[in-house]
Amino acid sequence: MKKYGLLFISLSLGALILGAFFGVLAAVQYVFPDFLKEVIAFNKMRPFHVSTVLAWIILSSTGGIYFYLQEELKLKPSASWTYKTHFWIFVICAIAIYVSYFTGQMGGREYLEFFPLITIPVLAGWALFGISYFKTTFKQVTNWPVYLWMWGTGIVFMIYHLTEAHLWLFPYFREYFIRDFSIQWKSYGSFVGSWNMLVYGTLIFVMHRLSHDETVARGKKTFFFYFLGLTNLMLGWAHHTYFVPMATWVRFLAYLVSMTEWLVLLNIIHGWSKNFKKKEKSSIHHPAYSFVMAADYWIFINVFIALLISIPFINYYTHGTRITVMHSMGTTIGINTNILFASLIYISVYLNGDRIQKVIKQLRIGFWLMQSFLLLFLISLLWSGIKRSIWMYSQGEYLPFSVLHEEIKPALISFLISGFGLFIALALIAWLLFRNGIYLAVYKQAGEASNRSKNRW
Amino acid sequence: MQTFNNITGNRLVIAILVCIFIIYNIIIYKGTQPLTAEKLSDDALAGQLLYQKNNCTACHQLYGLGGYLGPDLTNIISTKGKGPEYVKAFLNSGIKSMPRFHFSEKQKDAIVAYLREVDKTGHFPDYNARMHPTGWVEIKTKSE
Ligand code: HEC
Ligand code: HEM
Repeated sequence: MKKYGLLFISLSLGALILGAFFGVLAAVQYVFPDFLKEVIAFNKMRPFHVSTVLAWIILSSTGGIYFYLQEELKLKPSASWTYKTHFWIFVICAIAIYVSYFTGQMGGREYLEFFPLITIPVLAGWALFGISYFKTTFKQVTNWPVYLWMWGTGIVFMIYHLTEAHLWLFPYFREYFIRDFSIQWKSYGSFVGSWNMLVYGTLIFVMHRLSHDETVARGKKTFFFYFLGLTNLMLGWAHHTYFVPMATWVRFLAYLVSMTEWLVLLNIIHGWSKNFKKKEKSSIHHPAYSFVMAADYWIFINVFIALLISIPFINYYTHGTRITVMHSMGTTIGINTNILFASLIYISVYLNGDRIQKVIKQLRIGFWLMQSFLLLFLISLLWSGIKRSIWMYSQGEYLPFSVLHEEIKPALISFLISGFGLFIALALIAWLLFRNGIYLAVYKQAGEASNRSKNRW
Repeated sequence: MQTFNNITGNRLVIAILVCIFIIYNIIIYKGTQPLTAEKLSDDALAGQLLYQKNNCTACHQLYGLGGYLGPDLTNIISTKGKGPEYVKAFLNSGIKSMPRFHFSEKQKDAIVAYLREVDKTGHFPDYNARMHPTGWVEIKTKSE
């Protein structure tokens, strides 16, 4: 199980580099409309990018979970065919998805643009993940810490919402545009919530390990926030569809539920003020710590933005502009990617602390490049989003779209440049981790490496 | 150490949430007005499939949802100065970053039918939306 965890992680690092690269190509197409237009136009490049970077998030959290279950929690793994088949099914699906994009055999629903039949093996892979996860944890752990709950919830809801996203294949759902459209966005909102369960569970796991503080994993407050997150996952999606004419109560409920996230913000501030008083001890020197802290700041910034744009009055002006992309890439990179890096660094140090120690300087450089370019990247998106909003609400009926596109060119160029910098930073970190931790553990004797370097930090 | 050992408590909360969720889903899947206001015709369904197969969503939005390289198409049929012929003119044009499609006349009609029926469901952006002091925004459906 541990070895397959590392294989998942290796695959995920490849997906990160490749996916960010597709992102750069897509951004070039913003600026030069004819770039690769005949081969992979933007309607293919965007799915190539989005699916590949989402694979990064999902595969690396999956790999981390498999690794932690066996190696850190010392649980006896379930039957090996479950996770082995899971891995190989996902590899084959990845190839099938690329072929489907490249040849234009698309289902064409946003984020899941691949040929719809591929969903069946994808679901089978998730089911196997569920089987091996619950078989490993059910009997061996009685009083579950919150991260086990979160991972379990993530898997179950992922299966459910992935299925829900394909209900359109049945005429009953497809016939009525608004119903279909609502269910489509319902499923998306919720499966983002589902992978966030996997990722935030990982964050809590790593924080628990770094701080040795039991309340992090089992405290009342921790569980409270888990339930709050789950409620948001179930009922909060309609903040994406405030302006779709569907039942008012569904949208209003989403507004209410979304606003409970102010508590998350208050909690972060409370945590900071506590930390100022009581500087955390040993963990502060662990290389994973800076990524955890960065994730913390980005969570703060992004939750704040998300809360603002979840207020319908503000959403009215930001919806349908790149301010939404600022939010989605802000969270998937600023929060999810930082957390997953922290997790992978934690694993790499565990496996091979000496090697990581040697490249710690390069990792720091990668870290700072990543955070700085990300900031510029998001500001460029905000800039282009604000321009579009002004266009929509003050001049939309008079000025053609092409004029707007020319007007926002400077923002798009700045997006391209900072995106390229971001790509370099992400690739650097991914490569360092692969070369010095994960790769060695997969291909050389992992056991020896881990014994030599345990607990250096 | 403040641990939360109340295993039954946790399970109870989850059970309640899941029950609420099941009821909630049933209501949404059954769909009440105005969710089901517009039933798509066969032509429009064919158009929808073309819209999906060619992934127009990557660049265009409906109700503000989609990629952002091109304009929103929710009300393109009813916008003054645009309309069916205008849409058809764009489809095989290969303008700017938009790929040069090779739709037949029949396929173009299907896409127009889809966009026409989408247009009937509402407005985006809704310039007549009413703002409330609570931050809520009230929108209008076309049938109102
Ligand atoms: C790669 C991106 C891309 C894809 C894919 C794409 N379009 Fe476009 N489309 C554009 C851009 C950019 C414009 C604006 C062109 C201009 O006015 O300069 C546009 C304009 C239009 C317009 C005119 C809109 C207006 O308000 O002036 C229509 C209609 C349209 N596209 C329909 C479609 C349909 C239908 C599809 C799918 C079959 C599609 N497009 C696929 C990029 C794309
Ligand atoms: C870990 C790295 C990254 C992640 C997780 C990520 C994630 C995402 C996601 C989720 C979307 C969909 C946005 C939406 O629909 O709202 C998106 C879109 C996009 N991303 Fe990224 N991204 C990453 C890196 C990059 C990089 C380095 C670039 C390079 C410039 C880039 C360029 C783009 C572009 C051009 C879009 C399309 C937005 C549009 O529709 O106009 N991304 N990305």
